[in-house]
Amino acid sequence: MSDNTLFSTGLHRRDFLRLTAGLTALMGLPYAMHTKVAEAATADNRPPVIWLHFQECTGCSESLIRSGHPDPAALILDLISLDYHETLMIGSGHQAEKSLEDSMKANWGKYILVVEGAVPLAEDGIYCKVAGKTAVDSLKDAAEGAAAVICIGTCSSFGGVQAADPNPTQAVSAASLVKDKPVINVPGCPPSPYNLLATILYYLTFKKLPKLDKLGRPEFAYGRRIHEHCERRPHFDAGRFAEQFGDQGHSEGWCLFKLGCKGPVTFANCSVQRFNDVGVWPVSMGHPCIGCTEPDVMFHTSIYDKAQIHEITPPDFYPNANPAPRGKGADPVTTGVIGMVAGAAIAASAIMANKLPKGGDDEENKA
Amino acid sequence: MKKTRRDFLKTAAAGGALMLAPLSASAQQEIKADDEAVGMFYDSTLCVGCKACVSKCKQVNDMAAAPMPGDSDRVWDAPNDLDYRTRNIIKLYKDEQDPTKHAYVKYQCMHCIKPSCVSACPVSAMQKEAGTGIVFYDKNICIGCRYCQVACPFNIPKFEWPETFPKIVKCDLCKFTNLKLKNIPACCEVCPTNAVIYGKRKDLLAEAKRRQAANPGKYEEHIYGEFEVGGTNVIYLAGTDFNNLGFPELEQESAALMSEHVQHTVYKGFIAPVALYGFLAFVALRNRKSVEEVEHEHELEHELEVEIEHELEKEKEEKEGKH
Amino acid sequence: MAGNHNDYMVHRAKILTPAFYVLLFFTVLGFLLIAYRFVMGIGAVSNMSDGYPWGIWIAYDVATSTAFACGGYAMALVIYIMNRMKYHPLIRSALVTSMFGYMLAGMSVMVDVGRYWNAYSFFIPSRWQPNSVMFEVAVCIMAYNVVLIIEVLPAILERFIHMKDNRFPKLKHYAMIIYPKLDKVLIFIVILGITLPSMHQSSLGSMMIIAGSKLNPIWHTELLPLLFIINALYIGYATVIFESFASSMAFRRPFEKEVQQLSKIIPYVTGIWLTVRFVDLYVRGQLSSAFAGDFYSWMFMAEMLLILTGTYILMWNQYRRSPRMVFIAAMFLLIGGGWFRFNVYLIGFKPHGNWSYFPSLPEFFITIGLVAFEILGYMVLVKLFPIMPKVHGHEASAETAKAH
Repeated sequence: MSDNTLFSTGLHRRDFLRLTAGLTALMGLPYAMHTKVAEAATADNRPPVIWLHFQECTGCSESLIRSGHPDPAALILDLISLDYHETLMIGSGHQAEKSLEDSMKANWGKYILVVEGAVPLAEDGIYCKVAGKTAVDSLKDAAEGAAAVICIGTCSSFGGVQAADPNPTQAVSAASLVKDKPVINVPGCPPSPYNLLATILYYLTFKKLPKLDKLGRPEFAYGRRIHEHCERRPHFDAGRFAEQFGDQGHSEGWCLFKLGCKGPVTFANCSVQRFNDVGVWPVSMGHPCIGCTEPDVMFHTSIYDKAQIHEITPPDFYPNANPAPRGKGADPVTTGVIGMVAGAAIAASAIMANKLPKGGDDEENKA
Repeated sequence: MKKTRRDFLKTAAAGGALMLAPLSASAQQEIKADDEAVGMFYDSTLCVGCKACVSKCKQVNDMAAAPMPGDSDRVWDAPNDLDYRTRNIIKLYKDEQDPTKHAYVKYQCMHCIKPSCVSACPVSAMQKEAGTGIVFYDKNICIGCRYCQVACPFNIPKFEWPETFPKIVKCDLCKFTNLKLKNIPACCEVCPTNAVIYGKRKDLLAEAKRRQAANPGKYEEHIYGEFEVGGTNVIYLAGTDFNNLGFPELEQESAALMSEHVQHTVYKGFIAPVALYGFLAFVALRNRKSVEEVEHEHELEHELEVEIEHELEKEKEEKEGKH
Repeated sequence: MAGNHNDYMVHRAKILTPAFYVLLFFTVLGFLLIAYRFVMGIGAVSNMSDGYPWGIWIAYDVATSTAFACGGYAMALVIYIMNRMKYHPLIRSALVTSMFGYMLAGMSVMVDVGRYWNAYSFFIPSRWQPNSVMFEVAVCIMAYNVVLIIEVLPAILERFIHMKDNRFPKLKHYAMIIYPKLDKVLIFIVILGITLPSMHQSSLGSMMIIAGSKLNPIWHTELLPLLFIINALYIGYATVIFESFASSMAFRRPFEKEVQQLSKIIPYVTGIWLTVRFVDLYVRGQLSSAFAGDFYSWMFMAEMLLILTGTYILMWNQYRRSPRMVFIAAMFLLIGGGWFRFNVYLIGFKPHGNWSYFPSLPEFFITIGLVAFEILGYMVLVKLFPIMPKVHGHEASAETAKAH
């Protein structure tokens, strides 16, 4: 392969640099680093990627091939060497299985394994089989030779919809089954394709994993709550909430918190990176965030339940520097009771005083 | 012995003099800030009311949120004033006649040079750090008497009223958190407009005066905290009267110093109580003696004692008899 | 008659009277509320706030009720220092009242403080804070509680010594050993019992000096300690009078003539107090605000009116001969003196920032419960131990402690 390969297949240099610069920014690296990222992307050894599908809807793949920078062809053929992907590959049947085996053998220890979908464990994993092999076995074999495992989507990261109660197939996340390899979770339903690309390029550029949070998600993409950069945030701070779908507030673009938006508890970059290269995301369309990147939110709480905000912030109004009267004052019952007790005490004293002899020494004989 | 009215008055006067005499002594000593004392300088005209300091303070010092009453969704952290969950707060003053006239104000501990809370605390749970002058609190010593709250002229220490095991809460300039880690209190670290800055008190005071001189007419002449209750390590500049910003009008004298003055003159070297005891003992013993002489009280007193001795002996004999 | 065990008697009467049950009810109610406070926190039962960190538990139970409990102190001063031995029979009941009054203060403080488990801090020298008035008051009141118990101890020992049936032979034995020894040193304890209240009653006044600008200038003065100690004295005498008449009525005993003579002292004490009060106001230039006609001024005038009325009554010989008038005067002085303390601790206290305070119902009933407990304890104790003054000429009807 010559140095030119990359550009001859349709990705223009300008586009390419824009992409790498964008991804560099996404990773939170200094701008000057983008040349290094570009170098990593143009290096001869395009990373071999093996992509396995288990219990899933292929939404993650769909999301990936809808990225416009780069377009799917450039992505699959030039940026990475996508050796095996059941929906995108041309081959089928035994031919397809052979290419998987070949690629694993040829790149043993070097390929990146991308897993899409959860893995069922019930009854020895018979609920998901590809080419007569259960998902558990496929994952085990493929993970053994992988340099790193990237779990794309909420299903492979956290179990997703099939792991939701009552979980008849005992589906678990792929991440929970791979113990001896570095695992990166890129959750989302679907995740932003750029988060996957940025993760792969980070790994290629620095030969190490990006910094991960405690759920195994790259911090550059999942370090902050979507609430922090939401365009509806000023409405939240000011207390302007849509109370139900289609009401005045909803049509005015007010905050969707009361419609069940999980933005305040969801760590993701949706409000910044957005989707489909046209700057949209669910909240911009008027639907509350469903918290798809959070293992404890989606499929665990109702979409329309209000989120419990943990790190709550001040509103955009202020307490008065000269406060109104406060402190717990008198209430009628208390005043009444205390008045009665005081009255009784004074009355008792008065009665006592009255019973006491008025005169002087003459009462001496009284016993 | 019959005592006359004159005797009575004499006794009363002596006792009174013992209490009173020291009080008339010396005026207040001067309070002076340590050269190394650190504090904060808040310029109300620079504050944009972003509340970054409020959020950061809570985060750094691990304080709970204070939702508004009735806010069952816990949407906002909206304390109305400093409270047991809020060490630092931004408030707003709006002119009633002219709503465009407004000013923000930040409240937190003023870190008095002569702190009343430290003077009041019976068990040294409130302390002033030597050198830096930071006033801080140790919950492991505190008995929760809330005398510090009574004493503080600014109403800064707050008590965890709803807690079963409550403590006092107040700003300690992030002494154990941000100041320790980053050498700057959290509020000063995050302030985007440098409306609140951290430094040595003398430098801050010089800066405040420099700003006043450089911007004639912009600021009130009064630097709040320069002299209030003997001076505080946190000082304020504002473009409006400090009354509007909710600050109390305070004397330059420190009530803490007044209290200590009274207490130390009465209890100096514990002489007065000991002298009082000695004096009372002398009078009482003399009285008793005279009573015994005059009224032959002695015999009566003996009666019971003799009886007791008698019974004790009897008991002893009984015991010996048993053996 | 001089100080002697022969002055006292056990008031032989039924303990379980209707009054006993009424007091027991309030005591139990109070203690239940106290239990609730210890589980749910102070905020759950009281109306105290960050503006008014001290409510009636301090203003009444500590600041005022210890003054009501100054009977023992005031009597000891008259008897031992001014050498009026004829009042000696009154002292034991005064001491028992004092003991319960101070116990009430102590218990109330333990209810009031938030971090009671740290109270041992007072016994750790490195934590002592001599600048703190509260430190002095706390240590002093703790010491005085011990002193009061020792002062009451002879009454209890005598009871065991004179016990006819040998129900508690061991106790009787120890009582006989301790009693003579205690008797020898008791005078020094008694004097300590005069010194300590002089110290902490004045310090209770000093305590509010540090409130500075928060306390209304009508009450905020450097002379607060002096005002408080004199105030403690006349309240103490008034309590002795009140308590004597009240027990005479309740226990159907003859009136104790000594108390009427005692009332002669009071106008002198209140006279000094009023002089100090007005001179101080004049010197500080606060006379005008004291009579300005605002809320605080009315509170001040009420305080003055009560004390002046009580003083005026007791200035006249003919009134002093009337038990009724003496009792009324004592009531005026009790309420007026207590009013002054309330003014200093609560009513005149106005923190910056628009705060207000009024006790809550549970808070009030905790105080009522503790007071009921105090009266209950007094009623039971005088029926078990030789505490009440001996009724002269009534030996036949009343069995005395010394009866063989």
